[in-house]
Amino acid sequence: MISIKDLSKVFHTKDQDVTAVDHLDLNIEAGEIYGVIGYSGAGKSTFIRLLNRLEDPTGGSITIDGQEITSMSKNKLRLARQEIGMIFQHFNLLWSRTVRDNIAFPLEIAGVPKDKRRARVMELIELVGLKGRENAYPSQLSGGQKQRVGIARALANNPKVLLCDEATSALDPETTDSILDLLVDINEKLGLTIIMITHEMHVIRKICHRVAVMENGKVVEEGEVLDVFLHPEQAVTKKFVDQVMGDPDQEYSLALIHEKYRSGKVLRLHFVGESTNQALISELSRKFNLALNILHGKITQTQKGAYGTLFVHVEGNKDEIERAQIYIKQTSVEVEVIPNVE
Amino acid sequence: MLSNLFPNVEVEDMVTATYETLYMTIISVAGTLVLGILLGLVLYLSRPGGLWENKLLNWVTAAFVNVFRAIPFIILILLLFPFTDFLMGTIRGPKAAIPALIIGAAPFYGRLVEIALKEVDKGVIEAAKSMGAKTSTIISKVLLKESLPALVSGLTVTAIALIGYTAVAGVIGAGGLGDFAYFYGFQRSDFDVVFVCTILIVLIVFIFQFVGDAVSRSIDKR
Repeated sequence: MISIKDLSKVFHTKDQDVTAVDHLDLNIEAGEIYGVIGYSGAGKSTFIRLLNRLEDPTGGSITIDGQEITSMSKNKLRLARQEIGMIFQHFNLLWSRTVRDNIAFPLEIAGVPKDKRRARVMELIELVGLKGRENAYPSQLSGGQKQRVGIARALANNPKVLLCDEATSALDPETTDSILDLLVDINEKLGLTIIMITHEMHVIRKICHRVAVMENGKVVEEGEVLDVFLHPEQAVTKKFVDQVMGDPDQEYSLALIHEKYRSGKVLRLHFVGESTNQALISELSRKFNLALNILHGKITQTQKGAYGTLFVHVEGNKDEIERAQIYIKQTSVEVEVIPNVE
Repeated sequence: MLSNLFPNVEVEDMVTATYETLYMTIISVAGTLVLGILLGLVLYLSRPGGLWENKLLNWVTAAFVNVFRAIPFIILILLLFPFTDFLMGTIRGPKAAIPALIIGAAPFYGRLVEIALKEVDKGVIEAAKSMGAKTSTIISKVLLKESLPALVSGLTVTAIALIGYTAVAGVIGAGGLGDFAYFYGFQRSDFDVVFVCTILIVLIVFIFQFVGDAVSRSIDKR
């Protein structure tokens, strides 16, 4: 769907050249939600603005749906942009227009006749859940509602791709979640390809299928979200994974466990993303004659299943515990005995 | 009673003078609006990083604006005599004052327009670009619409300056309340005439300010 080859952007300032995007290669499949994460200054914002040529690249090529964006004439680019929706961190609505007229704006630009415009706007207002607010001005809306207008506006001309530039970074956590739900909903309903730029790992965790981690203008790590969560290789990726998976209480808990549980075994169960094993604990207690006690843990849901760690205390016959361990090893859950018991 | 207080004031003359002042003001405000918006747009669009970035055009426009803003209005009228004569066929009366009024006020308003356009959120312009808007669409539907309250209050300020200019133009025979106050009031030492002319000018200024504020407020949905 989108193929990016050797893409570069260098900004020339008075005393130095700044390479914002550095020979970047990336392929994005149709219908997927692709996340790009990085700290500010990593070049991710420049990257997304290169995709619809709000910034002109210094080198390389971008092909969206078979169309080479980088070599397009100004006029062709204008038409291509009508098929690439974009939403922004600060919404960028026209304050002088009502919700209805803001959503109608891209349709006016595309030359859609007035009666068709009206019908399409009503459809979009319904889609993003803003019914009853069509005559409000942006200043009368909350941040979440403004972003809903932004999304409706971006979808007006039935784009194939939606670019999201820090679309939830100005919103509170609850509103962020509702906007993310809306994006997933649109992705499923319309089969839209979505590219998300963010610095928040939980945004990636919640809705993205694949993720690229950017640092100094380069993609340093890329893959399925779950794989990246499980095996973060780069230091910067580990930091991002810690944002959602970090468990600052773990060490303290382990110390207490070490003191309290002198008999039985303490197991560390590592869930790696298959929902089939979510009933593991109840299965263990049914199949084996063991007393199971959950001590500490954190499980997070991703688009590809559950991910996280549980510490479980197991009390019972030694052989029975051994058998249970063998049983767990046959599932996709990783098991490890915490050694300092007994 | 009024004729006791203002023995030298003829109502009919006052009406004519007021009419001439309003005529000069309204026509020149209309001309200033058009020329000022053009100048402001050119200044804004041709500046470095603008949509029509063009150093030469920007320099020429800025030079024109700065030169005409630097010339005191009374001198500008004198300098423009040949031009006025050519354009209007006369250098006397309210009509003859209009070219000088517009050329005196448009550069000023042009700067105010430029400032108003600079205040338009860059993100909104970017959003319009990302939708595939032409530059002409961005100018008409984004830049001018989003800066409208500032354009209106800028025009109010300019209109009030123009009322002052009409009085200056009066001294060299343009007609209107300034002319009347000088020739029929000051020259004849009939200070009641000067006084009434002043009150009328102040009233006109108040009305312009009031209307301008009201319009600016009603279109501002921020």
